Amino acid sequence: MSLTPPANKIWWNEPVEKAEILWVTLALIWALIMFFMMPVWHVYGKQNVSNEAYRIQPDAYAKKVEAMVAKYTVRQEKGNNQPVVHPPAGSDVYLLARLWEWYPILELENGKSYRLHLSSLDWQHGFSLQPANINLQVHPGIEMVVTVTPNAAGEYGIICNEFCGIGHHTMLGKLYVTK
Amino acid sequence: MSSSSQGERIPVMQRILDNPFLLLFIGVTVPTVSYTIWGIMEVAQLPVAK
Amino acid sequence: MADFRTCPVTGLKVHLEGEKLIKWNAVTAIVFLLIGGLFGLLVVLTRWPEVHLLPADLFYMALTAHGALILVVWIVFFEVAVLYFCCTVLLQSRLATPKWGWVGYWLMLIGTLITTVAVLQGNSSVMFTSYVPMQAAPHFYLGLILFAVGALIACFIFMGTLVIAKDEKTYEGSLPLVVFGALVACIIAIYTIASGAIILIPTFLWSVGYISHIDPLMYKVIWWGFGHSSQQINVSAHIAVWYAIAAILFGAKPLSEKVSRMAFLLYIFFLQIASAHHLLVEPGLSSEYKIFNTSYAMYLAVLGSMIHGLTVPGCIEAAQRQKGFNKGLFEWLRKAPWGNPVFSGMFLSLILFGFLGGISGVTMGVEQINIIIHNTIYVPGHFHATVATGTTLAFMALTYFLIPTLFRRSLAFPTMAKWQPYVFGIGMGMAALFMMGAGTLGVSRRHWDIAFTDAALKFNHPQAAWLMMGLAGIFGVMAVIGGAMFCLVAVGSLLWGEKLSMEPAPAPAAGAAKPAVASHGDAGTFTVPGTFTLAMVFLIAFVLYYFVNWKYLASTWGLS
Repeated sequence: MSLTPPANKIWWNEPVEKAEILWVTLALIWALIMFFMMPVWHVYGKQNVSNEAYRIQPDAYAKKVEAMVAKYTVRQEKGNNQPVVHPPAGSDVYLLARLWEWYPILELENGKSYRLHLSSLDWQHGFSLQPANINLQVHPGIEMVVTVTPNAAGEYGIICNEFCGIGHHTMLGKLYVTK
Repeated sequence: MSSSSQGERIPVMQRILDNPFLLLFIGVTVPTVSYTIWGIMEVAQLPVAK
Repeated sequence: MADFRTCPVTGLKVHLEGEKLIKWNAVTAIVFLLIGGLFGLLVVLTRWPEVHLLPADLFYMALTAHGALILVVWIVFFEVAVLYFCCTVLLQSRLATPKWGWVGYWLMLIGTLITTVAVLQGNSSVMFTSYVPMQAAPHFYLGLILFAVGALIACFIFMGTLVIAKDEKTYEGSLPLVVFGALVACIIAIYTIASGAIILIPTFLWSVGYISHIDPLMYKVIWWGFGHSSQQINVSAHIAVWYAIAAILFGAKPLSEKVSRMAFLLYIFFLQIASAHHLLVEPGLSSEYKIFNTSYAMYLAVLGSMIHGLTVPGCIEAAQRQKGFNKGLFEWLRKAPWGNPVFSGMFLSLILFGFLGGISGVTMGVEQINIIIHNTIYVPGHFHATVATGTTLAFMALTYFLIPTLFRRSLAFPTMAKWQPYVFGIGMGMAALFMMGAGTLGVSRRHWDIAFTDAALKFNHPQAAWLMMGLAGIFGVMAVIGGAMFCLVAVGSLLWGEKLSMEPAPAPAAGAAKPAVASHGDAGTFTVPGTFTLAMVFLIAFVLYYFVNWKYLASTWGLS
């Protein structure tokens, strides 16, 4: 019984049931397939988490964001008077998270690639782009750079999905993708 | 000790599995090295932004 | 010398001081399950969009309390009871240093109370994860540290008792498989608690002002060594409980000791490194680190779980077939005691943990697939399937066995007890499933208002997401009712259950005294075709679900 010591003192030499051997083999094969899927997707897949990240002071990051906003703002959003920024395709675009907003509103072109920079000025936040359902963690003091390529035009919401205090559920940003 | 098994040598793997403190050592060392220390080293080596 | 009594049901010697500690830890666990469950009800009723009960501040407070009380307090108190049960009752040994056992118990209890007070005072609604630089009141961390120290003492008492039992020759040969499983849980617990202490002590000093800065990413790496591994303690502990219940009810013997123990060994090596599951979309950690750790080094710990998934029902099938339930593939399962909550709780726990918790956990732990899942409500969907329908249900089933044998009381409300595992299991299982569905549609976790009423901008979740959140609410309430039924039966039995002084216990324990299966483990002496069929169904479901998620990932924006 499983509650008592093994009856056979040298249980290691007991033969193993056939069903077990077969199952262990199948499970091991499946485990290896799952493991190699990840490196394979790094080579052939189109959705991978970037490894590019830097330490940065929050105010230094804020300056980079402001420089982009000053250069490429095209209009003001009606709801909250935030600048809507339309940087050239292929350029570095900056998004900033702080209690409790995403700044600024980016306007990207469909099918073009951008180097998207993400960082926070205060606490941790969660970048959750909907309905594309892309979720990335945003840290204060760390600048993450990820190359994004939108595949559908439209209006996207950026939800904060890392709890960041009492205003967390009001932290909602916007992102436009034009044709 | 039963007489039948007294003479037989216990296989190495069984002896490992019967040694709680060896298992404890493995169970603390492996995650400490593979997860904790490796992780801390990567965090500590993050380059500074230009 | 230590005082013992002899159990009239099993004939086992029971160390009285050890027994007292088992009882106190188990009862305390159930009390906190009740309290934590009530906070859970408040969370459910707030996230159910049509009800939306609490205001935002109370919601975040209730969610913090629910997380801490259930994920840590209920589970760890019960696990301490399981550890003490395994090393004393099953090994027929006295418990090492019962006095320290009480020190540990009181540290855990006082720690719990301090942290709970901190949360209820309202300045520590930082969630169970308490990510810096968000700061809680100092006593929030202090309580957790005291709790961890108490739990660590319990782990060392377990290890010490193993030494005593071996020295005093209370058993011969190797540890029983169930005790071995408990040992694995204890080993994982030691790494877990050490990680918790390493990060929570500086965080406490930071909260009182002695340390100026804690790096948020550093905190997160070490904290998850505590946060995730604590759930791996549960996995090992509840698998040990599955084997125990199979042996208690059916006299089942492991198909082969070697395979089951090797599966546990894979846990010792690789289970804890999956703490990296929480860091997959984090900046600043390399893909090599993420892939190696999130995959438990090539999914070898998943291999361990899949082995247990075969050998636990397999040993039941083997025992049942030897009793003559031999017709077809599934007579052994059809004629199992489905009306006995010890069995139904254990078997539902096995099925739900595997199909819902296991498959979803491995899929979301893929480095790239995590992009479409991280911090959505899929995550709580997954861990309610593992911790609630897996661990909690298994512990409930074990409690139904311990009430007549250890507490020597008959079950109060036996009809309610009979239905309880189904109400809780189905309610929680469906709630988990709908949370996963809503998460796939982008609803985030730890969020008070998916309508974004107070936000300056607008965003509308798809209608299906609202529907799923509503259904998760309905089944969540059903799960809470199931949990309440359990607390009622457990507390009712202890208060009003008929005393069974020297009488044999009723049905749940029957068969415990006579191991029905003399010996197997020899190739060719029996087969387990029914279990193997179930395992293949599981594998097919696993493969399909895994690749469906890759397909879903491939449909979103390009990222590199």
